[in-house]
Amino acid sequence: MKLHEYQAKGIFADAGIPVPESQLADSVEGVLDAVAEIGYPAAVKAQVHVGGRGKAGGIKIATNEDEAREAAESILGMDLKGYTVDQVLVEQGVDFVDEYYVGVTMDRGEGKPVAMVSTKGGVDIEAVAEEDPDAIAQEHIDPAFGLHPYQARKVVYDAGVPAEYARDVTSILSKLYDLYEDNDASDIEVNPVMITADDDVIAADAVMNIDEDALFRHPDLAEMEEDAYQNDLERKAGEYGFDYVRLSGNTGIIGNGAGLVMTTLDLVDYYGGTPANFLDIGGGAKAERVANALDMVFSDENVDSVVFNIFGGITRGDEVAKGINEALEQFDEIPKPVVVRLAGTNAEEGMEILNTDLVQVEATLAEAVQRAVTNAEEVAQ
Amino acid sequence: MSIFVDDDTRVVVQGITGGEGKFHTQQMLDYGTNVVAGAVPGKGGQEVEGVPVYDTVDQAVEAEDANASVVFVPPAFAGDAIFEALDTDLDLVVAITEGVPTQDMAKVNKRLGEVDTKLLGPNCPGIITPGEAKLGILPGNIFESGNVGLVSRSGTLTYQVVSNLTERGIGQTTAIGIGGDPIIGTSFVDALEAFEADTNTDAVVMCGEIGGEDEEQAAKYITENMDTPVAGFIAGRTAPPGKRMGHAGAIVSGSGTGTAESKISALNDAGVPVGDTPEEVADSIEDFL
Repeated sequence: MKLHEYQAKGIFADAGIPVPESQLADSVEGVLDAVAEIGYPAAVKAQVHVGGRGKAGGIKIATNEDEAREAAESILGMDLKGYTVDQVLVEQGVDFVDEYYVGVTMDRGEGKPVAMVSTKGGVDIEAVAEEDPDAIAQEHIDPAFGLHPYQARKVVYDAGVPAEYARDVTSILSKLYDLYEDNDASDIEVNPVMITADDDVIAADAVMNIDEDALFRHPDLAEMEEDAYQNDLERKAGEYGFDYVRLSGNTGIIGNGAGLVMTTLDLVDYYGGTPANFLDIGGGAKAERVANALDMVFSDENVDSVVFNIFGGITRGDEVAKGINEALEQFDEIPKPVVVRLAGTNAEEGMEILNTDLVQVEATLAEAVQRAVTNAEEVAQ
Repeated sequence: MSIFVDDDTRVVVQGITGGEGKFHTQQMLDYGTNVVAGAVPGKGGQEVEGVPVYDTVDQAVEAEDANASVVFVPPAFAGDAIFEALDTDLDLVVAITEGVPTQDMAKVNKRLGEVDTKLLGPNCPGIITPGEAKLGILPGNIFESGNVGLVSRSGTLTYQVVSNLTERGIGQTTAIGIGGDPIIGTSFVDALEAFEADTNTDAVVMCGEIGGEDEEQAAKYITENMDTPVAGFIAGRTAPPGKRMGHAGAIVSGSGTGTAESKISALNDAGVPVGDTPEEVADSIEDFL
């Protein structure tokens, strides 16, 4: 779960990390009121869950009222990589002389958190990691002890932060690690940490992502989880509780288990088709859930054909068949051809129940996928 | 022969009184697994499917001489349950639970380095040595005893590949689901090492997927240490970057690490044929045997 910049900055400020003065606004008037209070220059920053906002036109600097109005009018309501901007953060402009990077994330290979500091901030840190990995100092953290103070100092010195700023940057890193741990963050970073003309060290941006599996113990953060869905289909999948990812093809895919569903997508591609989505109904799905999955995929206007691939372990073939029947029997005409392949637990019982007037049945994964791809080609013509 | 579990494995089920714990205890017993105890705080003295329940894992081990556990405890309590099992000096802990917070697993991972116990999972289907023992939720009927080892990050993909093998009369020594989470106990390398040491395993199937670098590590291990032939499969060739594909660990990062291409080429470089389809994996195994 991603937090907005303004939410993360609120948390940072409460933890004693210096951030620029700012106000949230959702209208042009609101922006003008905020700037009147904060003063010029001011930054107007789109609050959406996408990276690279600046390049995409989602951040503008205003040095007077006309520019502030213009910035507000152009950013509010704009479409930023599929998200509509309806909130902006109006923030005091900072006169800076240098930009650093400070962050904490999980190194999954090591199974440990890692603290990172670089004096090459203000740019895409993943690009720095690729081109000049030595420019990022790293220190792995024992999760049982947390970040020792010496480790925070070490990584800051290793990064080459000048002595006069080292203390303040170390303080920001230590506070970030505490926030990372206390909030079950998956990533937390400040890029850039700005060194101002007055020698102050402040967090000019804020990224904080939370482990969704840990939200149960952070009710305050769970409340911040507003809908971050990119489109109506992903919203619907969220309501149904499916793992769903929309792609750009025309063969709809439903299956059980992440690995098998990914494999079904790959096979659609392998046999010359184009996958429209990833949809995992999960383990042990009952008939209603199966019907919901079909409803999901039918709602995607790109979909011309559907393949339903189930290999039951804890999912039962008879429940799946019931769900498919329920979903399809309500139509006078089946909206898109559906190919079904059932294997594993209760597959035979499922085949007996399945209304084969409504679906095409194939015995193997390869045959099912090939038929669905052929169907998609025929419908698309 | 087999790896990790066999006829002698004695199992305590943590969370045996819950819906899933109860159902799969029945399934494991039906398969012939020695489920000797359950452990649920506050439920000591009860019985589930004829299996005695204790308040702590320690009591269960003391009374029933268990040497392995299966964890069906809900995600909020699973980290603690795994710690309890690790601190009880079992040989093997199999964590089925999906959705354990990653920072809990980082702490578990630290503890794993200090004990001799092996952990499978979390977010895994478990382990089966056909005809001997099944710990977890795998459907026993698709497996056959034989000479091929299998290790996979995904449950249902395992079933698919196993059925492709079994249909051709190719049985398995042991099949292991290592789990789809970012931080897991037993890695591909750990499982491959055990199969390499097992004299009955003549070939190994390794099913990986996008995300992380475990498959690349495995390729390195295979090159340097393995004589037993390995056939591979990698799921997620069509996955877009930055999207979590069902499993918490199945994500290609924005900077392009964890891609299927990287894993396939690492495995090919290690002499491992990677099938475009599960059928092709079975073809490779047939060629090896």
